Amino acid sequence: MSNINFAVAKDNDGKSIWKFLSGELKPRGKFLTPFNIISIPVIALGLIIIIIRFWKGLGAVTNLTQEVPWGLWIGFDVVTGVAFAGGAYVLTFMVYILNMQKYHSIVRITVLNGFLAYVFYAGALLLDLGRPWNVINPIIGNSFGTSSVLFLVAWHFLLYMIAQLIEFSPAVAEWLGAKRARKILSGMTIAAVIFGITLSTLHQSGLGALYLMAKDKIHPLWYSEFIPVLFFVSSVFAGLSMVIFEGSISNRVFANQISEKNHKAHNSIISGLSKICAVAMFAYFFLHVLIFVHGKRWDLLNTPMGYWYLLEMFGFVLLPMMLFFYGYRRNNILLIKVAAILTMLGVILNRLNVTVIGFRWDAAIRYVPTWMELVVTLTVIFTEIWIFRWVINRMPVLRESPSWVHDKD
Amino acid sequence: MALNRRHFFKVLGVTGATLAIGKELKAIPGKGTSIEFSGVLYDSTRCAGCQTCESSCAEANGLPAPVGTIEAGVVRKTDESHRTVVNAFKSSKGEAFMKKQCMHCNEPACTAACLTQAMYKTKEGPVIWRGNKCMGCRYCMVSCPFDVPKFEYHSANPKIEKCNMCYSRLTEGKVPACVENCPAEALVFGKRRDLIKEARKRIVENPNQYFDHIYGEHEAGGTGFLSIAAVPFDELGLNTSLQSKSYPELSKGFLYSVPTIFVLWPAILLGIREATKTNQSNEEENE
Repeated sequence: MSNINFAVAKDNDGKSIWKFLSGELKPRGKFLTPFNIISIPVIALGLIIIIIRFWKGLGAVTNLTQEVPWGLWIGFDVVTGVAFAGGAYVLTFMVYILNMQKYHSIVRITVLNGFLAYVFYAGALLLDLGRPWNVINPIIGNSFGTSSVLFLVAWHFLLYMIAQLIEFSPAVAEWLGAKRARKILSGMTIAAVIFGITLSTLHQSGLGALYLMAKDKIHPLWYSEFIPVLFFVSSVFAGLSMVIFEGSISNRVFANQISEKNHKAHNSIISGLSKICAVAMFAYFFLHVLIFVHGKRWDLLNTPMGYWYLLEMFGFVLLPMMLFFYGYRRNNILLIKVAAILTMLGVILNRLNVTVIGFRWDAAIRYVPTWMELVVTLTVIFTEIWIFRWVINRMPVLRESPSWVHDKD
Repeated sequence: MALNRRHFFKVLGVTGATLAIGKELKAIPGKGTSIEFSGVLYDSTRCAGCQTCESSCAEANGLPAPVGTIEAGVVRKTDESHRTVVNAFKSSKGEAFMKKQCMHCNEPACTAACLTQAMYKTKEGPVIWRGNKCMGCRYCMVSCPFDVPKFEYHSANPKIEKCNMCYSRLTEGKVPACVENCPAEALVFGKRRDLIKEARKRIVENPNQYFDHIYGEHEAGGTGFLSIAAVPFDELGLNTSLQSKSYPELSKGFLYSVPTIFVLWPAILLGIREATKTNQSNEEENE
């Protein structure tokens, strides 16, 4: 493995960096894979819809109403997507702060996943903006709405993307064979990690805090002053479930890039993560119970929304929590993977319940996304996977770093 | 320790920015006591439902003429081309009218939500929308407890539409178009404090004619647009379960916690990192 990288690095010592880059831009591997066959038409259709959206306005492709101004693109793409990207800050916390070296081999892929998630979900945010040409106003200029939670979230997205890029940059430097740059960039890792964890704490909870002012609009079973805390705690197991899910797919799809050692360690990593998920989910469930009991919400339970709430709490929090715990005790990897998928569904359910399903649950005309909103959402996800695959096939993300990295000089 | 110094400056910079957030929050005019905001008083008992306010609003703001006539029990809504509507309700004291438009809150949720200061509470009282700043995120619509801001979904250059108390007319020394043209004198423009006095006077002088409440005196922390009526306001389609605290108050706690976390987290994280360092991991640092 490292031979190939070394060759790349040596290639690069020559002058033609552009030749190297253009060579890298060409697709590799089989073209007609099932994923490509599905994703290419979806992306093409999605691009057409995006053109219509900017030409005719949001109303032409979405079902958004004056009462429900934020739909699937915010509720799923941004709010749910960012929760799933939480794995990056949790893992960097475990590896760089708690020194749990066991998880080191999956840090890079998780950070890459997180970085791309933020880039694409911030991109999805642009699609939803009515006047996107003013998007720089909160960043530069004299129009700072500093009392806005969204102002905080926007800044944190931007800064966190930079922090994640720094965390990932040694891999880019290794790919380009830039030895000096790698040294400098990897020296910045710890600062970026600490900064990144702090930012994540605040904007994961900030996404929940966005909805604090919508007090009268969100169903009382999902609204509480603790939404920020709940969003933060759930981002821990949302992110780690994504790591487990994505890891088990990568392990199969990119099997040829993973060293024997890391391949073997993978099961032990998954089982370690499942324990953390179980504990975080217990804390989350307990918080929900406290909020429920303190809010005296018993009379809300025996309603359709109440059953829906119970399904979320028991079917998609308590059940996967027990599966995680049981899978960890029995070392049953399959069970853990099932739990991870259930957890992810539960997080999607929870975020949509706050942002879309429970938002204006009493409105005369309910918001239901159009098929076009769904296609654009899929376009965002598929494009992200394309870039993800491109990077993994070229940079040392899953495979070992080139040998010059370990040379002491 | 170049690393720590760099980090220190980063933290310092962002802390500064977030501390500024705290300051800004305090600067929001408090409870309307120290600042004289202007407002409008609407007296439902005087309103005849003639819709003159609707048409004069449309004319003054270059919007299409009002659609539909008033019919008791039929609730018409403001939308992206109609900033105000009057509806009739079958109340316990017979047919009664209620006018809807922006409430011009003392501490508006929309301006606290706006991350570009496009929604702006002017020092005179009106809450205005400034298109050159707005990025169309519609967070103001999510936050407004009265569902006032409306968005042009079918435009490539969409605007947020809402009543701005005819801000440009106010700067010319005129009163809002709806107030000027109301033939029944159901609308009065003035300083909010004086309007509350006037409303109270009317209620005290005619206790049988009025329901003893000024809608907007305390709702959502107090609003610039005030209403009095003959019957309880829930009979007139208004939300009477709104909190009397202002809505920005709801996210204030979260925003105040931000600087604390920004100062404490990095320190705690660095501490844990030092504490969990083993001799072995010291050597393979930054891998």
